[in-house]
Amino acid sequence: MRYSIWSLINQALTGNRNWTPVWREPEPKSHYDIVIVGGGGHGLATAFYLASRYGMKNIAVLEKGWIGSGNIGRNTTIVRSNYLLDGNEPFYEQSLQLWEGLEQDINYNAMMSQRGIINLYHSDAQRDSYVRRGNAMRLHGADAELLNQDQLRSLCPFLDYENARFPIMGGLLQKRAGTARHDAVAWGYARAADQRGVDIIQNCDVTDFLIKDGVCTGVETSKGTIRAGKIGVAVAGSTSRVMAKAGLRLPIESHVLQAFVTEGLKPVIPGVITFGAGHFYISQSDKGGLVFGGDIDGYNSYAQRGNLPVFEDVCEGGMAIMPMIGRARMLRNWGGIMDMSMDGSPIIDKTPIDQLYLNAGWCYGGFKATPASGLCFAHLLARDEPHKVASKLRLDRFRRGAMLDERGAGAQPNLH
Amino acid sequence: MIINHPHLGPRDASEFTILGDASLINRPDWQARDADDAFYNYQYLRDNPAGLHRELWFHEQGDRSWLVVTRDTVTHAVIAVALASDIAKAAKAKTAQKTAPKKVAAKKTAAKKAVIKRNAT
Ligand SMILES: Cc1cc2nc3c(=O)[nH]c(=O)nc-3n(C[C@H](O)[C@H](O)[C@H](O)COP(=O)(O)OP(=O)(O)OC[C@H]3O[C@@H](n4cnc5c(N)ncnc54)[C@H](O)[C@@H]3O)c2cc1C
Repeated sequence: MRYSIWSLINQALTGNRNWTPVWREPEPKSHYDIVIVGGGGHGLATAFYLASRYGMKNIAVLEKGWIGSGNIGRNTTIVRSNYLLDGNEPFYEQSLQLWEGLEQDINYNAMMSQRGIINLYHSDAQRDSYVRRGNAMRLHGADAELLNQDQLRSLCPFLDYENARFPIMGGLLQKRAGTARHDAVAWGYARAADQRGVDIIQNCDVTDFLIKDGVCTGVETSKGTIRAGKIGVAVAGSTSRVMAKAGLRLPIESHVLQAFVTEGLKPVIPGVITFGAGHFYISQSDKGGLVFGGDIDGYNSYAQRGNLPVFEDVCEGGMAIMPMIGRARMLRNWGGIMDMSMDGSPIIDKTPIDQLYLNAGWCYGGFKATPASGLCFAHLLARDEPHKVASKLRLDRFRRGAMLDERGAGAQPNLH
Repeated sequence: MIINHPHLGPRDASEFTILGDASLINRPDWQARDADDAFYNYQYLRDNPAGLHRELWFHEQGDRSWLVVTRDTVTHAVIAVALASDIAKAAKAKTAQKTAPKKVAAKKTAAKKAVIKRNAT
């Protein structure tokens, strides 16, 4: 069924009795041309672009739990392309452009809202570095505007401009950035892929790889053996665990990142705002809840929950820039497992095992990357060569010394 | 998380910073033939297990000692804590033991050489 204003009116007038399931629930076949392991945003987007842009058929997505149970349904939904480095910025800008046409592409309301992001600066040196970043963005075709304090005051009168320790001097604005509804992105890609014949198989845990003479020919799963021409793995926080089954050790650690949501409030926060002197980012959902987060907890974790010190640190960050939120009550908090890479940038590449491909290392920035990650991974799987905007996101860059370290923090995942 | 410090008793994990996998203690030999590979493995690759994980914690807001904490990454339970210096010393002693016979042998040959030298003069 194609969704449109007419389908909506039609269903409303007929008592909403004729909606059909959003995707099929097929039994797995014994062989596919391409199997994607992991039904998160990236796996589903990959399947969609393989089918829609690369004309591939006979594709399955194998998901251990249910669609949307991983990070795609756990993030703080910020979409932006304000990166600095040559290897990253074109990729994220490509992603933002895909976001801009996404809802038409997949015929699904992902509630993509380009309400803008403002990164606050608190010192002259930080302003200079934001000027540099803004220029790098514009050189790659992205939009960036430097706001002085007066301009910022007119947009966000509620910030604590007089803060003695971290005075707010202005911000770097990317107007085209914003937020999207994370679950809808998973569901929309799943539905669009399913409509193009992709089998989405839930509750199908991949337990092993079939590898012979350095060639991967399929996977063992909780639903039996599935053979495949090519296998693409996009399992985010579970990457090391899953790839260990193929005998690979990777430049990745798994860490927990928490998110926080308050009770619903009237609209107060115009877009996304980030603190420049600590780690805190906030936006307001369409339901009114303030959605915010900060640093990862910092220790390796597969627990999908974090601890209280980070809770406190995040709230302190919020209070430092907008004391008005101090009386909002926190309703919910949860954690997700991040695949933190050694330089803070992702990997979309072949592996040393033939026919086995890897999509990983998204750290806590993989939601915005979902469309481009899917497109570039599909390109790699279909053409056996990297997409031009992902040409630097290689697995061997650590050995070559060609790191993409936006933060300049070195090979310590918990600092990225 | 509570870390049971060998000297100071139970301390809140927020007093510490964590560096990462305890394998970082075993810095490879920079003069070895395979130093390139060894350093790549050491610096960039991680086991990243779901389950028991040995890791280096620094008691930054305490006695500034380095600890090796064995922790379950699935439950966050702290299983064992030891001083990193003790572990490094024990590892050194072990390798010393392993290489010791060689040293003795080397000394012997050196002694032999000395004898030969003396005979020659
Ligand atoms: C709290 C939080 C806030 C975040 N905020 C942002 C943000 O504001 N902006 C942003 O850009 N990014 C953000 N991120 C990061 C982003 O959510 C992730 O980088 C991204 O979702 C990861 O890709 P994915 O969607 O494919 O992952 P996932 O949804 O985690 O997909 C991986 C899937 O693989 C499955 N899987 C694992 N093992 C197996 C197996 N053996 N067999 C089969 N399937 C398996 C899992 O069940 C899971 O569904 C945030 C993350 C968290 C946790």
